[in-house]
Amino acid sequence: MNLRSSVDIITEWDIVAARQLGRNEAKDVGFGTVDQARITTAISELARNIYLYAGKGKIEIRQVTEGNLRGLLVIASDKGPGIVDVRKVMEDGYTTSGGLGAGLPGVKRLMDDFKIETVIGEGTTISASKLLR
Amino acid sequence: MNKRIASYIHENIDEILENWRVKMEEEKDDRFFQIMSDKVVDNTVREFGELMISSITEEKATYTAKLNDFSVQIVRYGWSISFVLKALTNFTEVIYEKMDEAEYLDEGFQSHREILTNWITPLNHSIVDAYSVVWEKTVSLQKIALQELSASLIPVFEKISVMPLVGTIDTERAKLIMENLLQGVVKHRAEVVLLDITGVPVVDTMVAHHIIQAADAVRLVGAKCMLVGIRPEIAQTIVTLGINLNDFTTTSTLQKGMEQALAMTNRAIVEVDI
Repeated sequence: MNLRSSVDIITEWDIVAARQLGRNEAKDVGFGTVDQARITTAISELARNIYLYAGKGKIEIRQVTEGNLRGLLVIASDKGPGIVDVRKVMEDGYTTSGGLGAGLPGVKRLMDDFKIETVIGEGTTISASKLLR
Repeated sequence: MNKRIASYIHENIDEILENWRVKMEEEKDDRFFQIMSDKVVDNTVREFGELMISSITEEKATYTAKLNDFSVQIVRYGWSISFVLKALTNFTEVIYEKMDEAEYLDEGFQSHREILTNWITPLNHSIVDAYSVVWEKTVSLQKIALQELSASLIPVFEKISVMPLVGTIDTERAKLIMENLLQGVVKHRAEVVLLDITGVPVVDTMVAHHIIQAADAVRLVGAKCMLVGIRPEIAQTIVTLGINLNDFTTTSTLQKGMEQALAMTNRAIVEVDI
């Protein structure tokens, strides 16, 4: 089974749409309230990064199965400037926008699996997943 | 020429509307006829036809007023704009076919066609315009309504104020929260302010950042800020995100926060025997 749905991120309110979708999907998979909050927060961070740094992009949410475990895969993709120093953005407290600098490292901790693919000048794709245990 | 078409449409309005209706029912999206009662459909169809006629026969002002009324009504019914435009195109086609059938179109055919085109295109535009104006108005009204319940600081006791936050916090609202908070603290001479986030669905780094900034600013004007209404799942995500909220007092409920705030200002609520 591979259900997928996506939200285009163009305005600040699309972030709300993306995490609403995420919450519904998470509920659908059967995640508890704490994990729902984790997933929605992670989506919120990823969507906000798209909005702040790339201008526009897409959040895709898929229900996945791994072995006999169900889970949710969140893919945030954009055609923005790319990330110059991936190691640096994964450090707590590093920020270029005057924020807290907890976004990406936070998402990594909120989810089980976390991957960044980025090419300077072409864009970034971040996929993060969480399995229901 | 215009008059001729208008009178033709007027004479054959029932037939045209019936044909048009059949045509619309053939459309895949027959949702329109399912959700609306027959009477509403009938009335709307008729109104639509009359509107089409009045666009040729009547003064521009009358017609514009009618068009606006009609658009408002359509928006209220929740019909999609593509559907309305499709309806418009179909309506023209029906008239066209009918006139062709009745051999009403003589050598002046070409100019009839031109008239139809010249008539339908502006009509299309004005419907789209009217439609979007109605939508914009709805959206802006909702925006105002949202802003009204955005962020108000409530003086609960002397020296203690509460700001309940409900709903999503975006950049615009965060600014409003900050402004109202600082103004309110000064105005009400509050010493302790409680920010209640019970109604905030998601606390991500941006929301946390704004809250921390607001708390810092409150400290600068000489008051203390407390964060109350932290739900268990929010507490866990805040910890996982690694957000440091050590600088201010936090409690799970507004009630506990209020007790602490009273203690800070050397007061307490006691039960009395009367």
